Amino acid sequence: MIKRVGILAAVALGVSLMGGPLTSAAIGADAAPEVISAEAPGGLLDAAMFYLVAAVAVMSALGVCFTKNIVRMTVWLFGALGSAALLYFLLAANFIAAIQLIVYAAGTLILLVFGVMLTTKSPWVKFATPKLEMAGAVVVCAALFGCLCLVFSRTTWSGAETVVPGATVEAIGNRLLTAYVVPFEVAGVLLMIVMVAAAHLARQEK
Amino acid sequence: MTQFSVPWIPQYRPSASSVAAKALAVAVALLVVAVVGWWTSQSVFGGHPAAVLFLVVGPVLTAIGAAQVALIIKTWRRCGELLFRYAFFILIGAIVATCVGVFAGNLLFEWVSVDLVARADDPALVTWFNGPLTLGEMTGALSWCPGWVVLLLWPIQFPLFRDVVAMGVLVGFFNLVPAYTIWWERKIAGRIQSRLGPMRVGGWHGWAQSVADAIKLVLKEDLIPKDADAPLFRIAPYFALVPSAAAFMALPFGVGYVFRELDVALVVILALLGIEVLSVILAGWASNNKWSIYGAMREAVQMVSYEIPMSMGLLVAVVCAGTLSLTQIGEMQSGGWFSWLAFRNPFVFVALVLYFVASLASVKRAPFDLPEAESELVGGFHTEYSGFRWSLFFFAEYAAMFVVSALAVILFLGAWHSPLPTSWGQGVIAILGDNLMSRAVNGVLFSGPIWLILKCMFFLYVQIWIRWTLPRIRIDQVLYTCMQVLLPLGMCLLLGATLWVWAATSDHAGWRMFDQIVTWILGTAGAVFAMGFPAIAAYGFYHRRRMVGTLVSDVMPGS
Repeated sequence: MIKRVGILAAVALGVSLMGGPLTSAAIGADAAPEVISAEAPGGLLDAAMFYLVAAVAVMSALGVCFTKNIVRMTVWLFGALGSAALLYFLLAANFIAAIQLIVYAAGTLILLVFGVMLTTKSPWVKFATPKLEMAGAVVVCAALFGCLCLVFSRTTWSGAETVVPGATVEAIGNRLLTAYVVPFEVAGVLLMIVMVAAAHLARQEK
Repeated sequence: MTQFSVPWIPQYRPSASSVAAKALAVAVALLVVAVVGWWTSQSVFGGHPAAVLFLVVGPVLTAIGAAQVALIIKTWRRCGELLFRYAFFILIGAIVATCVGVFAGNLLFEWVSVDLVARADDPALVTWFNGPLTLGEMTGALSWCPGWVVLLLWPIQFPLFRDVVAMGVLVGFFNLVPAYTIWWERKIAGRIQSRLGPMRVGGWHGWAQSVADAIKLVLKEDLIPKDADAPLFRIAPYFALVPSAAAFMALPFGVGYVFRELDVALVVILALLGIEVLSVILAGWASNNKWSIYGAMREAVQMVSYEIPMSMGLLVAVVCAGTLSLTQIGEMQSGGWFSWLAFRNPFVFVALVLYFVASLASVKRAPFDLPEAESELVGGFHTEYSGFRWSLFFFAEYAAMFVVSALAVILFLGAWHSPLPTSWGQGVIAILGDNLMSRAVNGVLFSGPIWLILKCMFFLYVQIWIRWTLPRIRIDQVLYTCMQVLLPLGMCLLLGATLWVWAATSDHAGWRMFDQIVTWILGTAGAVFAMGFPAIAAYGFYHRRRMVGTLVSDVMPGS
């Protein structure tokens, strides 16, 4: 198991380390660390933190795909979601990072774990994917990866601008209640419908 | 010290004096390394401060540490006697020294990072670590300090160094709070049950019981059940421990005493406390034990459900305060008892109670401690955990208790301010002058981290008191309470508080006057309630000989 984790970690580190030069080559910038660090002069530490968190994120994502145990998959998924939250923290987007943790890591993931555990017949049930499905998945994922690479290379990224810290929560609240009030209310109604339906489905038959 | 042996390595039987001899040898070797290092740093590196630090100062300090270990082992009997006799004073002295040390450290960091850096001649001067002050500049600014003091103060200008030291302090706090809360809980539990609690270990009221327990737990066998999922079994306590520890990152103890001042600190802390659910589920699952799984499922449902009334209670206070930043909410309450958020609004007053009850369930404290139900499920989700792994769960739980108490204090009860208004501190400054002494006095009297810690200790006391008084409630009663009592109550409070704040901040003078009057009434009611605690305690103490079941004996120590 240590060997497997080690291979995953090496692949992940390699992929994330390649990401820096590839991105800078794509957008034609000269120095990769400046693109990564949003604030300023402690460039080395910021870059190192980014690479570390990115490696963990890639490793967790690969773990989700390649693990055979279904409960371990949820733990790897926590790693991936938590790394996304850490990346948001590194970008100084504290609110989004906290919401990512609350909604995904402590909400959706718990739901997933409950679903997994209450429907599994044994703790050691293994994924057994047929070869044809695997081939189809490889084709679709390669196509998606190609599309994403194309989109990334053709976008004009806005370069190393500094982050403007400000009253993000206030701004989000204002927008939600003025410009985006309809989606906000629709989401609220949707959640209420979901809760009522869940309560109805869960009630005991008299 | 008799011979001890490490159970899983039968051949290794060290004796204490051999350990002392080895420590002394290590100390001597390190001194030799330091001398060689001094010569090397002078000749090869030309006296570069980093070389001096690593090659001389480091070995010398480690040598002193090793020599201390040897000394303690050689004189353990005498040390033990002294510790036993003066345990109370040593404990009080350690607490006072820690408080003074933290205060002094904070002042030092502020002075170097703000005052000295501002006085640097060339702020764009970049050294190897991107620091604005070279050693030369610091020596110039601090001409009244000897050279070695400047060498020690030079790293403080780097935020990384300050962060590492602050993290060390936080980790230390995070470890001491559960240890001493557990001891305090055992004492309170004993008193409630008409007995005394730990009395022997360490001398005065068994204060070293937690230390002894920690040593015992570390020495226990590392047991993982045969068919358990070993990696998940191992990783589950860390899912509980890391979020509890990380919550201290965003928790302010005072205006200058916060690791990272986040403008959304409240949401970050709630998010981190929400991750602890996963640890319980994984622990129960990975144990391969049906009692563990029952406990884990109940626990996960309980913790997840009670996050909602908890968040609603906190949201009521946020609606009144208008910001999610804990530091700003704390600073809003600096005007003494009547400016505390709990008394601004009857809805916030009730929200304090709502939040407290919901937080009891969220940290799995009785009466919601079904997951740990010792009489029902053997141990619940931590049945199969033994030794230090088990204690990690409890470290996380007690640290989470401290964090939720701190949230209650910061949001409702005036954070780090005393009941006296901070503006009276100007009087102290007028008497003593605007110097360090007046700052220290103001910190103790009017506004300082010690008040936050004392108020959190009060909440911890109430949590412990409730645990040992109320019986445990069933899981269906737990969920009924959450969904059909606390959640509607939370929603009504949120609606009421929003309407109240909207009315009270309108231009209508009548509403504002009404708001003021209600604040005075609630503040007075709160003060009467708060005075009730010491009043009842004094009554009980005065009439202790007449009360049924209390320990009344003149020969029993501590009664």
